[in-house]
Amino acid sequence: MLKIENLHARIGGKEILKGLSLQVKAGEVHAIMGPNGAGKSTLGNVLAGRPGYEVTEGTVTFDGANLLGMEPEARAAAGVFLAFQYPVEIPGVNNTYFLRAALNAQRKARGEAELDSVEFLKLVRAKVKDMGMTPELLNRAVNEGFSGGEKKRNEVFQMALLEPRLAILDETDSGLDIDALKQVAAGVNALRSPDRGFLVITHYQRLLDYIVPDFVHVLADGTIVESGDARLARELEAHGYAWVRERRPAEADA
Amino acid sequence: MTAAVVPFLESMREAAAQARLPGSGLAWLDAARDEAMRAFTEDGLPDQRNELWKYTSLRALARHGFAARDDEAATRGVDIDRLLLPGVDGPCAVFVNGAFRADLSSFEELPQGVRVRSLADALRDDAEPLRFLLAGRAGDDDDGFMLLNRALAADGLLVDVAGGVRAGVPLHVVHAGVAARAATAWHLRSLIELGEGARLDIVEHHVDDAGTGHLANLVCDVNVHERARLDWTIVQRAGEDATLLRRCQVRLHDEAALDLHELELGGKLARHELRVDLAGERSRFDQRGAFALHGRRHVDMEVLVTHRGRDSVSDAIWRGVAGGRARGVVHGRILVQSGADGADGSFYNKNLLLSPDAEIDTRPALEIYADEVKANHGATVGQIDEGMLFYLRSRGVPLDLARHMLVRAFCAVALDGIQPAALREHCEALLAEQLPELAE
Repeated sequence: MLKIENLHARIGGKEILKGLSLQVKAGEVHAIMGPNGAGKSTLGNVLAGRPGYEVTEGTVTFDGANLLGMEPEARAAAGVFLAFQYPVEIPGVNNTYFLRAALNAQRKARGEAELDSVEFLKLVRAKVKDMGMTPELLNRAVNEGFSGGEKKRNEVFQMALLEPRLAILDETDSGLDIDALKQVAAGVNALRSPDRGFLVITHYQRLLDYIVPDFVHVLADGTIVESGDARLARELEAHGYAWVRERRPAEADA
Repeated sequence: MTAAVVPFLESMREAAAQARLPGSGLAWLDAARDEAMRAFTEDGLPDQRNELWKYTSLRALARHGFAARDDEAATRGVDIDRLLLPGVDGPCAVFVNGAFRADLSSFEELPQGVRVRSLADALRDDAEPLRFLLAGRAGDDDDGFMLLNRALAADGLLVDVAGGVRAGVPLHVVHAGVAARAATAWHLRSLIELGEGARLDIVEHHVDDAGTGHLANLVCDVNVHERARLDWTIVQRAGEDATLLRRCQVRLHDEAALDLHELELGGKLARHELRVDLAGERSRFDQRGAFALHGRRHVDMEVLVTHRGRDSVSDAIWRGVAGGRARGVVHGRILVQSGADGADGSFYNKNLLLSPDAEIDTRPALEIYADEVKANHGATVGQIDEGMLFYLRSRGVPLDLARHMLVRAFCAVALDGIQPAALREHCEALLAEQLPELAE
């Protein structure tokens, strides 16, 4: 589904990703872990198409198509979703209005019929209930005045509504207390399915107790230095990231 | 002024010479008009050395002459439904090319105690009560257009709400410009008086056919007496080659209130000079305004709020959006006079530039001569927030729609309070209509 080969990317002239390769197949949950500054968020932003990131080398294909050549909205319509590390507050844009515009734009781009407001509200109400969200949040402006936890939950709620094929969670666990973390994880787990892939970017192993990944990759200095299964995350928790560098001096220096 | 023939000035002098204005023959009125025309001939049009005209050049205007009147203004067939805004059925006063149209207007639904007349009618019936309005002492800051208005005003609207009377239904005031044989200039002088404890809603609509090239020079005095309240919504859609100059002088007495909403969308040059005098204690002025300009439109908001009464409050928020080669000017001044202790004034203006050739000049200013005063102001000019734009797009919202959503959101604070809901929705729709062109 997602195939990243030798990806190099920089922002503001500084190279952040230095030859990253990764493949995510439908139904798989991949966790990307790594120390601060390793390039985790850059990876998510490059995949979603945030302006300002420059890809200097390598390829990314999504279902065989060149993802890097697509506008952000086209990537979304193709099924790529980024849950933001810092969801943006947009005063004056009503949440429900925004979500309907987003969903219908995606449906239109895919050649599907748009939902009218009745159909849409029905869908939204069901998803709100599933996510345990406060329905009032829908009537507010996008993320405006939301607590940190509400913002993160809203990201997962949007994901549930838009039903992407590849969901990228960028440190969705950061800033969450344990209850919120469990709720967010439950929301994600409910979306796991054989035809959906996940890229879970996190600094801590904690989230992976609740969203158990099929694969864990350690990202350091812009490249993946170690891959394994869920056990790798626990070893990292026990030994710290320095442990990876010690084990793999050759690759880390390459 | 140079000695060269300036078509604008010439056409105004001609207009004065051949004028058959209502009230002609009354010695005091003739004298006042002559005096104003003399002063205008001397001063000419304001130029950019005048602080209040710093960002609005009249050089292009000066090269145009205007017809003194549209002889068919009183009889032209117009599509009245196109001129009326949705949500404000009921009494309306309609002006076409500067002439009051009794045939298109109706005041039947206004309650007893609300009197609406045209200035021309009032001058014919009994001019004397208008002496103070039309022949009052010239102000120190009367500019060329004010003088022209004194010299040439042939009509206008007189509204009088008796003390304690609540109008109940909004009064719709429509100023329409329709194509005439030549580009025409007209000058209207209006007066709105609210007696003690009176209430009135006014919805004012400026709307033009394309390609008229007219010039409207409107002056309005507003007097809101003790505990009276005026709710005023202005929707300005002047034509892209029309010039609209408005000066509005409001006085608020003790505990009087003016709540003003303004949506400015058009005009080759549209200027609104608003003077609000918070003369009374605990008088209050609220203003929410937005302009959204594309093409080569030029809107100039010149606002002066003077606090004279103790504990008087002013609260103004303006949003400006400019695309294409459009130009927006916002000059918001708060002056707190000595004695206005406890005054609380604020003027905030945020602007968005949507194209590299658009320009917005904003200058908030405070002058304070009283104690225990709260006064705040702020102004910004920026571009669409890239972070917000990416967030919307990352969810699948196409770039154009995402930009539209953000511009609408940006202006929302100015439109949210418009009543009734049907009018607010219409204003939102008018703004949305501008958006595709704004991006160019």
